[in-house]
Amino acid sequence: MKRRDFVGHVAWTGAGILYVLGAEGLVRATAQAEPNAFSFVQISDSHIGYTGPANDDVHATLEKAVAAINAMPVQPAFVIHTGDITHLSKQTEFDDARSILSTLRAPLITIPGEHDVIGAEGPKRYAASFARKDATGRGWSSWDQGGIHFVSLINVGEGETMGVLGDEQLAWLQKDLAPKSPDTPLVVFGHVPLFAVDPEWGWSTKDGVKAIAMLKRFSAATVLNGHIHQIVEHSEGSIRFATARATAFPQAKPYTPGAKPGPLKPAPGTLLDVLGYRTVDVEGRAAWNDHSLAQA
Amino acid sequence: MRSALLGAAALVALLAAAPPPKTGTVVHIRDDKFQPASITVKAGEKVTFINDDDDAHTATADDGSWDSEGLNQGQKWVHAFTKSGTIKYHCTVHPFMHGTLVVKVAK
Repeated sequence: MKRRDFVGHVAWTGAGILYVLGAEGLVRATAQAEPNAFSFVQISDSHIGYTGPANDDVHATLEKAVAAINAMPVQPAFVIHTGDITHLSKQTEFDDARSILSTLRAPLITIPGEHDVIGAEGPKRYAASFARKDATGRGWSSWDQGGIHFVSLINVGEGETMGVLGDEQLAWLQKDLAPKSPDTPLVVFGHVPLFAVDPEWGWSTKDGVKAIAMLKRFSAATVLNGHIHQIVEHSEGSIRFATARATAFPQAKPYTPGAKPGPLKPAPGTLLDVLGYRTVDVEGRAAWNDHSLAQA
Repeated sequence: MRSALLGAAALVALLAAAPPPKTGTVVHIRDDKFQPASITVKAGEKVTFINDDDDAHTATADDGSWDSEGLNQGQKWVHAFTKSGTIKYHCTVHPFMHGTLVVKVAK
């Protein structure tokens, strides 16, 4: 039996206990959550390549998030990075991000942010570094896991397509959701918030209402986004929305008078308080917990 | 004399109200704005885009014909515009930022 098969064999034997093959080669038993629970982790906005007063070491803060996730006694089914992995779509930034994110114990899924697709080469570098092999040619994808239907949308792109899903993707989404029964738990990812947080700052998806309309018939739809580097929660009917903290730097609160979007220098000693990651448990409906890196 | 004074005053008022179109070869990116937002250059003239902001930006033609790609704080991009016409451009990471570049054939 190969090592991977062996781990797969032992990982789910025994109710309430997760057996893990440690790096030292010994099988360790750790407390397991509810046997039917499904969990994943969201991280976002790492901006590898940023240098400035808002965070003088974006590598270190991403590494801290990764270490905290790796230390979780029960590993999540996957970790999703909801975009802006890099700051300027440079090859060195993708390489550095990959070297850090490849140390995650759980499988990694990513979607791009607008900072990952800058210029003619950005989208190619992103695709070569992170794109899912099972995604459509345009990058959006869906999959079923743990009884949940997951959808990852792309609302960044070339030209003025930031904050736009586009008719092609919306048609795909409609077709993708059509066979799903209304009681299917649904989790939708995208970089830019689907709902209008602050359109003047580019914190909304212009045709997001069309996607949101398609989610309304589901009894447990959850939409998780990044982009704005802070937690904003929102609901429309049965749909719940939440944006995530960054691992790189904070931004001003929407509609702050005199402020603008962009890196915000935190008060001295508070950077880790405003950065973080999100754990999500799905049992019928997604429930999330946000953790600051100061707690990590 | 009085009419001459009035004429001069009217001319001053006219100049104050309608300044000549901005021309220049440097566009500063500051506070999420292209400054000046509109410039006119002669065909072949080089324009320097300087990112003086504390965030990353691009200067990208709406029609995709040219692109500074990512500019970090303090970085600049120099480009010679040869094709005459009016080109709208934007920042790909801040789509609410817009600028206009008018390229005129040199006489």
